[in-house]
Amino acid sequence: MKMNRRSFIGTVTAATATLSAPMVMGSGKPRVVVVGGGAGGATAARYIAKDSKGGIDVTLIEPSRAYYTCFFSNLYIGGLRDINSISHSYGTLATNGVNVVHDWAIGVDRAAKTVSLAGGGTVPYDKLILSPGIDFVEGAVEGWDTSAQNAMPHAYKAGSQTELLKAQIMAMPQGGTFAMVAPPNPFRCPPGPYERVSMVAHLLKANNPTAKIIVADPKPKFSKMSLFQEGWAEHYEGMIDWIGEDFGGGNVSVDPAAMTVTIDGELTKVDACNVIPAMKAGHIAHLAGVTDGNWAPVNAADMSTKADPDVYVLGDSSQQGDMPKSGFSANSQAKVCANAVRGALTGSKVFPAKFSNTCWSLIEINDGVKVGATYQATPEKIAKVDGFISKTGETAEVRKATYEESVGWYTGITADMFG
Amino acid sequence: MIFRMFLPITFASTIAASVVFGEGLGDAGKGTKIFSKCKSCHRIGNGAINRVGPHLNGIFGRKAGTIDGFAYSKSMVRAGVDGLVWTAETLDAYLENPKSLVSKTRMNFRGLKNPQARADLLAFLRGYSDEPINIPEAEPTATKTDLKIDPAILTIKGDPEYGEYLSGECKTCHQSGGEDDGIPAITKWPEEDFAIAMHAYKQKLRPHPVMQMMAGRLSDEEIAALAAYFKDLE
Repeated sequence: MKMNRRSFIGTVTAATATLSAPMVMGSGKPRVVVVGGGAGGATAARYIAKDSKGGIDVTLIEPSRAYYTCFFSNLYIGGLRDINSISHSYGTLATNGVNVVHDWAIGVDRAAKTVSLAGGGTVPYDKLILSPGIDFVEGAVEGWDTSAQNAMPHAYKAGSQTELLKAQIMAMPQGGTFAMVAPPNPFRCPPGPYERVSMVAHLLKANNPTAKIIVADPKPKFSKMSLFQEGWAEHYEGMIDWIGEDFGGGNVSVDPAAMTVTIDGELTKVDACNVIPAMKAGHIAHLAGVTDGNWAPVNAADMSTKADPDVYVLGDSSQQGDMPKSGFSANSQAKVCANAVRGALTGSKVFPAKFSNTCWSLIEINDGVKVGATYQATPEKIAKVDGFISKTGETAEVRKATYEESVGWYTGITADMFG
Repeated sequence: MIFRMFLPITFASTIAASVVFGEGLGDAGKGTKIFSKCKSCHRIGNGAINRVGPHLNGIFGRKAGTIDGFAYSKSMVRAGVDGLVWTAETLDAYLENPKSLVSKTRMNFRGLKNPQARADLLAFLRGYSDEPINIPEAEPTATKTDLKIDPAILTIKGDPEYGEYLSGECKTCHQSGGEDDGIPAITKWPEEDFAIAMHAYKQKLRPHPVMQMMAGRLSDEEIAALAAYFKDLE
């Protein structure tokens, strides 16, 4: 990926975005610039603006005008949500004190403390918060690069990729084959690929019941594995073939032109293929020079980078310790970071860091499961304190309640992000 | 569950203190015996189902005529639509003379005239309904709960500023505007009820795993701070 996240939308919007007022600074107020308007960035921008009550100038740089949440995008694939229901605008943030700039951040000058924009010009900052999500590691899956993302979508940045993948699944011939190439750890949303397999199975069961699903996985096990496998056996018997590391699931190549997938030497013709490559921090984190390898190491107490105390990295891009890469985690980290940044700039009280995460996954209609944990900041990392996971064999009533709770959570977190 | 919005207002002062901390409506033990008058039609407790009459788990705080799958009289359904909610007060009136409260109820029972007997029966029934420790959300309790909480903990004055910071964790799921879309509202609760609910999660008396985990690591002061903050959240 050449650009940072959501380039599939941004290629259009970046060119058309015009830069509005945010260059006008000089108010004497401390300046926070946030790059990336997802669960980490939107939350951080909103909380800093809200809690500083105008005392801090907050600029959010985000190329997309409509943000599609990755969480619940699998439910769109399954036919349980409309694509518009996972789309959010930045209008409320903009009317609540956040300067929203729809443009690409293309560079960071940490000495001058400025961010440069694709549309021209620079934005100065006192504190910079990067929350750019994920990008893909080049060459991670043999035969695939982002130029092949139309033939074999990743659909791991929600929006047009998600719609494309669903359209390709719907266009499969009866009895056809859907393949997924699952990513190695660590990656965004650990249960995400397996919820997706469930939702694809749900879609096929209704429209194409003799179709097959093959999952090539470089891992020996995955998040909520026993729960998913129980659910797959119960709801989609005989449809899903998961090929883990032990059976050569990591030895994969694809040919997007021929629409073939080769797993451990065995070539299969497929009708739709979802390639989810290995991941790394969003491009701007690398450009800012705050990464070490694929990710940006951060201090657990406030999410500041190990490389620069005035640059913070939230969410998927950060290397923080025990938290999974999830929207919930990014939202949780954003609030700790917002509190610390505000304290550093205005002297407001800084409270100790507390983090939490819960990930809900849907296996079939009304069959929801969840996993979650709480975390604390230690000098070394964000460390897990306590956790729980749904159990196999739960009653349908419990699973339905879990699903309904996830719907409530979706409303809650998106309100917490976008106001 | 919407009823918990008004439950503390209607009988927090009498029931919250009394049932949770011991003495109360009446003598639940005596109420057990009185309940034998009801048993031919009503079931209560673990696995109770509707018989001639609806099951009585979770009756306190429930809107009248709203158990799914039970064929109520039109009169009872209308009473619920009109706002009749079962509280200690309304149940007392109903038990004294069912037809005086719901004129065409199908409950064929002439009433309990002795106030003490009604109080004892209510104390018994109360054990199978949500208590303040189940606020704001819990499955209908079919078993009695046993919350051990030092009353001094409930007198801690919370710091709302700290509560506001801590509330960030709550607001990932619970909406600050107080809407309930599958996850209950937690705003505007009396501080004591909020604190009792959180301590009940912390002690794993309330069943929800996420809330047990979240409350599990909150100190008494932090729970008080959250209670102080959410109390006034608009």
